[in-house]
Amino acid sequence: MPRLSYTKALNRALGDELERDPAVCVFGEDIGAGIAQLTLGLLNRFGRDRVVDTPLSEQAFTSMATGAALCGLRPVIEFQIPSLLFLTFEQIANQAHKMSLMTGGQVHVPVTYVVPGSGSRAGWAGQHSDHPYSLFAHVGVKTVVPATPPDAYGLLVSAIRDDDPVVVFAPAGAMNVRDDVDFAALGPVPIGQARVHRAGTDVTVVAAGHLVHDALAVAGELDGEISVEVFDPRSVYPFDWAALAESIGKTGRLVVIDDSNRSCGLGAEVIATVCEEMALVAPPKRVTRPDGAVLPFALALDQAVQPAREQLAAAIRAVMK
Amino acid sequence: MTEGLHTPAELYRRMRLIRVFEETALRLVKSGDIVGGTHPYIGEEAVAVGVCAALADDDLITSTHRGHGHVLAKGSDPARMLAELAGRDTGLNRGRGGSMHAADVSVGILGANAIVGAAAPIAVGAAWAAQRSGSGKVVATFFGDGGLNQGVLLEALNLAGLWQLPVLFICENNGYATTMPTRTGVAGTAVGRAEAFGIPAATVDGMDVEEVRDAAAEAAGLARRGEGPSLIECMTYRFGPHHTMEHRIKLSYRTQEEIDEWRTRDPLDIQGRRISPAIRDQLDAEIDELMARAERFALDSPHPDPAGALDYLYASGLVPRGGVVD
Repeated sequence: MPRLSYTKALNRALGDELERDPAVCVFGEDIGAGIAQLTLGLLNRFGRDRVVDTPLSEQAFTSMATGAALCGLRPVIEFQIPSLLFLTFEQIANQAHKMSLMTGGQVHVPVTYVVPGSGSRAGWAGQHSDHPYSLFAHVGVKTVVPATPPDAYGLLVSAIRDDDPVVVFAPAGAMNVRDDVDFAALGPVPIGQARVHRAGTDVTVVAAGHLVHDALAVAGELDGEISVEVFDPRSVYPFDWAALAESIGKTGRLVVIDDSNRSCGLGAEVIATVCEEMALVAPPKRVTRPDGAVLPFALALDQAVQPAREQLAAAIRAVMK
Repeated sequence: MTEGLHTPAELYRRMRLIRVFEETALRLVKSGDIVGGTHPYIGEEAVAVGVCAALADDDLITSTHRGHGHVLAKGSDPARMLAELAGRDTGLNRGRGGSMHAADVSVGILGANAIVGAAAPIAVGAAWAAQRSGSGKVVATFFGDGGLNQGVLLEALNLAGLWQLPVLFICENNGYATTMPTRTGVAGTAVGRAEAFGIPAATVDGMDVEEVRDAAAEAAGLARRGEGPSLIECMTYRFGPHHTMEHRIKLSYRTQEEIDEWRTRDPLDIQGRRISPAIRDQLDAEIDELMARAERFALDSPHPDPAGALDYLYASGLVPRGGVVD
């Protein structure tokens, strides 16, 4: 089977949707040249009316996409830097997200925001290394964090076809993942549907994005000692609670690895919900960035505040005691 | 041209509708039927009506926190608008938007925005879609002198100028950003800001509906011919408070002399003098009758069911988890 990289999967999904639906268009910085590779080759294929290089005005072009969406288009925005989501939080959380409710359902805002290279990129320091998916889940914006090339393809397709705003986080740590892929089998992946990458009976490990690969590596290391189920929500909002309940029903133990700061992050929500609504036989654990983390520049410091495989292995062992 | 805004009498009639609507709303704020208060448009009626008179029915607008006038000028049903203010299920937004978020897509209102300046880039996006589709539609975006200091509005001016989009930037300069006088908040001028982006701009008497209409018609013509955006600064004045709560906290930032002086230039009187007293009286009576019916409709309408408080949150029908889960 041919190999497909995560980056190529995103590029292919966007190209396929532009081909399929004339309402789809793309806004972003340096997207004509394809600097982040998401849009590579798309300007030549679809022209300047569909693939629009914008000046450095993130707030304006984010709301511009909202305005275009109100007129029947399905804009996709590429943000070169994950921290730009803080700059455009007003336009996404306070404008696009609220319009359907505030107008009593008169309008929909089908805009997709893609961040190719979210989280740490190693060496890009404080203002280029954030991973704010929990923030969007908190306000209720649909948020997906695909881990694999087929999921990257399928979730981006679903995001573009969805009638609500959707943020697609493509973690820097997953962008180089390659999979053997049957191109004919690539298709939309429903938003809100989890995936179990590895079945297990002792502990459920919840991991999203690049951390799925860390969780799989740790599960492999512990093979024979502890049977780990690797549960990938794929969508952090809405979250597939029913699938998680099924997994917890089997294992009764939970560890969450989450690239958010600890307070009010995805890990906190998963643990709270499991404790309220499901039955655990041991106290759960989470491995996260520290409270209030700002990623420092020096590589050793950057890595020191990211959730790590050793921490995950220790947490898994701890819930087995 | 927007239906019902062709003749001098029709321009007067629509301004009168806004005036009486706003007076009714003030009364209903006092009685407690409208909660949260309003930002009254009284005094500024000529801007909304003049601009909308230059637009076609299928042209689009975005509005502001002080948006009742824009919504009524563009052609929304005053009864459903008042029901919205009273938080009723029959309101334009089914009671989910209120005074600051009135939207009526059926008459081209993409929404009123409660963040100052925030609607300008939304209007630019709508104009980009119009240009791309060749629909010939133009988009008018209203904002105040306070909005001139929002970065996102300047970004929007740049994009509209750069891509020659069919946008009318309508600056309602009523002299104050809440309590801050324009001269103490704005370096340079509204016109100067537009010109810096290569956008033609003019200042007009915002108390004269026909002067506003003529300037907006010229700008709309340019936009429709593919000659890009314009900015019109309408010099106007709100006769009342920034917000109805102002009466309670007794703010003092304008002199009575200043208010009285502007009141001598009431836009309804300026336009009213252009029609016969008999017709004016007849229109006034018509509007009183219409607003009495609107008030009865609003207050007789059902309140929304709290069980549906988060209805319409997601277009896809996703039902969010409740705040309490059994």
